[in-house]
Amino acid sequence: MKGLHLIAVTDHNSVENVEAARRAARGTGLTVFPGMEITSSEEVHILGIFEHMENAALMQELVYENLPQEENDERLYGHQVVVNEHDEVVGFNKRLLITATRLSASMLVDAIQSLNGLSIASHIDRESFSVLSQLAFIPESLRFDALEMSPLIERNEAEETFGELKRFPWVSFSDAHFVRDIGKRFTTFTLKELTFSEIRKAFRGIDGRDIGWH
Amino acid sequence: MKVHEIIDRLSLEVKTVQGDIDRAVTGCYIGDLLSDVMANAKEGEIWITHQTHPNIVAVAVLKNLSGIILANRRKPEEGTLKKAEEERMMVASAPLSAFQAGGMLYQMLRC
Repeated sequence: MKGLHLIAVTDHNSVENVEAARRAARGTGLTVFPGMEITSSEEVHILGIFEHMENAALMQELVYENLPQEENDERLYGHQVVVNEHDEVVGFNKRLLITATRLSASMLVDAIQSLNGLSIASHIDRESFSVLSQLAFIPESLRFDALEMSPLIERNEAEETFGELKRFPWVSFSDAHFVRDIGKRFTTFTLKELTFSEIRKAFRGIDGRDIGWH
Repeated sequence: MKVHEIIDRLSLEVKTVQGDIDRAVTGCYIGDLLSDVMANAKEGEIWITHQTHPNIVAVAVLKNLSGIILANRRKPEEGTLKKAEEERMMVASAPLSAFQAGGMLYQMLRC
């Protein structure tokens, strides 16, 4: 409806709703990549985007193993629903997904990369849960594939404020938590075809593949 | 007041070997957001935090803080300890919450 060709579903600390989204997208011309927004032990939000459900599921296993034991308090945090492709609730995730994992940012980036995923530092312009708010700067050892700017900042503002972080490619997405926000911000990729490996080439600026966010 | 006095009074478990414990402590800053500490901590202050990431050493050195106290018995990461030794920045673990450590330091340090 919004004219998007590609989306990633990146719930907090879980991929249980991705498969339903992928099934619902079949035959529509929309590609859905599985992913997760993971909270590191330092409370940095990091996006992991994967090519295959299997890799995303392995990442989920690692994340689940490293969440605290407490269960979700539905009165406080709401229901963590698991839905099917008809948008029907099929279950509830009992884990406390809103909290930080015991995995450090560098462990997360390593794990995502070892699963052939793309690691993106979430909303670095925001004052909370960003790699910059939590760690003040991005150390050399933390090799994100890209940095994400939130929909709250325009390109020119970002250039002024984060100019010294141009060594990373920049992306910007809607971070939609509600359906109405999908497509509010998007990034354009110049690719030969819409595949994960082409996306990876675009992140690396290889062979004319490119990322555009204006 | 010197760092070593604070180590004794708070029963801190010092993790560094090379960390300078002879530094003068002029105050205390409590914070877990390194961006906030960069903006607000002052030279000579001893820093109470829950963050154990190696960046805490860079921040402490940049702001010329007198030492780092990790609350709730947290231990520095390997990389953090290594950097701390290189920079002679004292890092200790406290058997106290940030509130307890901060409260005690407040009593000890205010003039």
